[in-house]
Amino acid sequence: MQYLSGIDDHRTSTGLDNRKMLMWAFLGSDVMFFGTLIGTHLIYRNRNLSGPQEEILSIPITTISTFVLLMSSLAMVLALAGIQRGNMGQFRFWTAIVCIFGSIFIGFQMFEFTEFAVHYGLTPRTNLFGSTFLVMTGFHGTHVAVGILWLWSILFASYKGKIHQGNSLQVEIAGLYWHFVDIVWIVIFGVVYLIGAYGAEGRALEEVPHAARAVGIG
Amino acid sequence: MAANIGILKRPVSTEGVWGWITTVDHKRIGILYGVSAFIFFLIGGIEALLMRVQLAQPDSTFVDAGTFNALFTMHGTTMVFMVVMPAGAAFFNFLVPLMIGARDVAFPRLNALSYWLFIFGAILMNFSFFKAAFPDVGWFGYAPLTTSEYTLSSSTDYWVLGLQIMGIGTTAAGFNFVITILNMRAPGMTLMRMPLFPWMTLIVSFLIIFAFPPLTIALTLLLFDRFFGTNFFDTAGAGADPLLWQHLFWIFGHPEVYILILPAMGIVSDVLPTFSRKPLFGYTTVVFAGAVIAFLGFGVWAHHMFTTGLGAWATAAFAGATMAIGVPTGVKVFNWLATMWGGSLQFKTPMLFALGFISMFMLGGLSGVMHAAVPVDTQQQDTYFIVAHFHYVLFGGSIFGLTAGIYYWFPKMTGRMLSERIGKLHFWVMFIGFNMTFMPMHILGVLGMPRRVYTYSVEQNWAGLNLFVSVGAFIIALSILLLIINIVRSARKGEAAGMNPWAAATLEWAIPSPPPHYNFAVIPTVRSQHPLWDEEANAVEPPPLPAHGEPHMPDPSYWPIVVAFGVTMVAGGLLIWQATTWVGLFVIAVSGFIGIRGIYGWVFEPVAEESAERVHAHH
Repeated sequence: MQYLSGIDDHRTSTGLDNRKMLMWAFLGSDVMFFGTLIGTHLIYRNRNLSGPQEEILSIPITTISTFVLLMSSLAMVLALAGIQRGNMGQFRFWTAIVCIFGSIFIGFQMFEFTEFAVHYGLTPRTNLFGSTFLVMTGFHGTHVAVGILWLWSILFASYKGKIHQGNSLQVEIAGLYWHFVDIVWIVIFGVVYLIGAYGAEGRALEEVPHAARAVGIG
Repeated sequence: MAANIGILKRPVSTEGVWGWITTVDHKRIGILYGVSAFIFFLIGGIEALLMRVQLAQPDSTFVDAGTFNALFTMHGTTMVFMVVMPAGAAFFNFLVPLMIGARDVAFPRLNALSYWLFIFGAILMNFSFFKAAFPDVGWFGYAPLTTSEYTLSSSTDYWVLGLQIMGIGTTAAGFNFVITILNMRAPGMTLMRMPLFPWMTLIVSFLIIFAFPPLTIALTLLLFDRFFGTNFFDTAGAGADPLLWQHLFWIFGHPEVYILILPAMGIVSDVLPTFSRKPLFGYTTVVFAGAVIAFLGFGVWAHHMFTTGLGAWATAAFAGATMAIGVPTGVKVFNWLATMWGGSLQFKTPMLFALGFISMFMLGGLSGVMHAAVPVDTQQQDTYFIVAHFHYVLFGGSIFGLTAGIYYWFPKMTGRMLSERIGKLHFWVMFIGFNMTFMPMHILGVLGMPRRVYTYSVEQNWAGLNLFVSVGAFIIALSILLLIINIVRSARKGEAAGMNPWAAATLEWAIPSPPPHYNFAVIPTVRSQHPLWDEEANAVEPPPLPAHGEPHMPDPSYWPIVVAFGVTMVAGGLLIWQATTWVGLFVIAVSGFIGIRGIYGWVFEPVAEESAERVHAHH
């Protein structure tokens, strides 16, 4: 691992580890990725010629999945605090929780996509909303999935002794990524779901989408 | 290090072909970039010459309209993505660590990955020639014209995927150089003591990491439209916005032109002081002018779209922002002139090319301000006037600046001097050929000759100037031949360069030519902007190796090329998938596995056993 930081006997100019700075730079770049996707989605709002659009978004269900994802960030903080104090039990427990919560979020997303396809006939090919919404949230879901894979790998490596208090920076960097992915979701939840669902043309506020009824809420 | 989980042992040898394939040395990667860029420069140049043969005569049938489309598409794409950008990357790689006093870049293996992604992407795109035809949709690939509704040919798929892969490599390189320059500077090398070339590299790297994502997304959306039937650019069937692609592409595309020109500006800002024998005038303003150009560059993309009907307010705002870029650019030009003012000018070949850069780039900049004015641009849009403009900034600017860099740093890279006599001849032939080629294009544009037409009739009275232009193009080709002769001659009997043949001021000249693989035996401590001018002691002899021997450098690695291969073959699998679904899926699965396996191998790669012993012996 030591070569990730380049030449090991060289202190960095800023005092910040190279890998940590790389993650910050990547996240800056990733803002542009998501910005482009969310921007495209917003440009195409209410331009659909046919098919379902924002009114099918379920705020009650997505609120739950958003809450789960936010709690995974809390777990991430506790996991990092654990390994930084050398408490491997705490680290492993909370890292597993992050992965599980992330997986629950992905599960919600799969449920949502299936609902849209089965009950509203919405696929990426249906209309502009289908294309922009599914590709944008799918891109975010891929980010979550990569994060889960990464954290499982770190957890696995910790049992082999490759992750320990001495290189807790590995966990910190993965954590930066994980928090960022959460923050992007908050933007998507606010801009796409809340503004979209409640700002959609011709939607009555009390109307409950099918997805929410299906699981008995809303 | 028992846990050698890799199938591939970490390589040790730096000899032979495998040494180059597994190299993580920034200087070798720089040379790989440079040689690749030069080969593509010859290919792109041949494409240009074929177009000029076609246009030399009215009603010519040398190539047909379709071939002509492919020629200007590949000429543009090649020159932008496979020549000027990798040529810039060649200089970033070879020089930036030397100029800031580092032993390598921050992430040596990521650096190798960038190169392999670039070369594999470039090969994939050019491979379309054997499969279908060359891409023929323009270097800008405007959707919806590039959706499968209008462009069936799979050549467009090669264009999209090739560009995508090169873009990933470029973005990775952008990260690498941001971190390298911010974090790997020698003690005392504060940001405001850095030479201008690393400064411009830093700014270009920031441009890359913020400008490439919109292109990546635009290409992804187009890819999804073409492969999976999404509706992002389906204007007729789904009501998509016909301008979406143009916005996304130019949000990338305008910063891109600064990605192409700022490295050349950095080179010239370091060449001029050396041959004027005085420091760069207004160092701080030149640095900040570069940053301002880059910043404003993100707010001017719609000046590529003035004729699309954006509305008066939007157009006026973009016109104003575009003209504003003329200010920091002018600041730079005046600083360069003031650097020479009162200096002891030495008209060596690098200096000639730097002067050629300033004068030709000025002309391109001035015509740029002309079509920042919307009514003027409306007249000039899609005429040869635009072709003249951007060749003055890209050839007269970037290529002249990069050539100044070749002549300036060739002795450092190879240890041998290039011939001054041939070099000066090269400059004058190229300077004359360049102006013969592109100056008359201004007139042709004003006369109304449109871009991208494959022929014209006698009655249009464009024949004389076009013939003149074509002759000029072949004179440029002659000048490139002179460069090749010069390099071959130097390799055979060039005189030894020594450490600092130009008596320059910056750190790269404080070490032997070519530099040892560890660059600096002892990392220097920097006390001023011009370490070699201010501290005579530094300029005499490099300090001896410390007692414990050579500095320990990263081992070579197979994983960068493995990961790059996996990524490229996923794209290859997509192309196969179009023809034969199951074979394509199989290729995607296998190469996806190779890519992911490569990443894990990379992360857990141990140091080579031999070097582990070496390190051990030191302690």
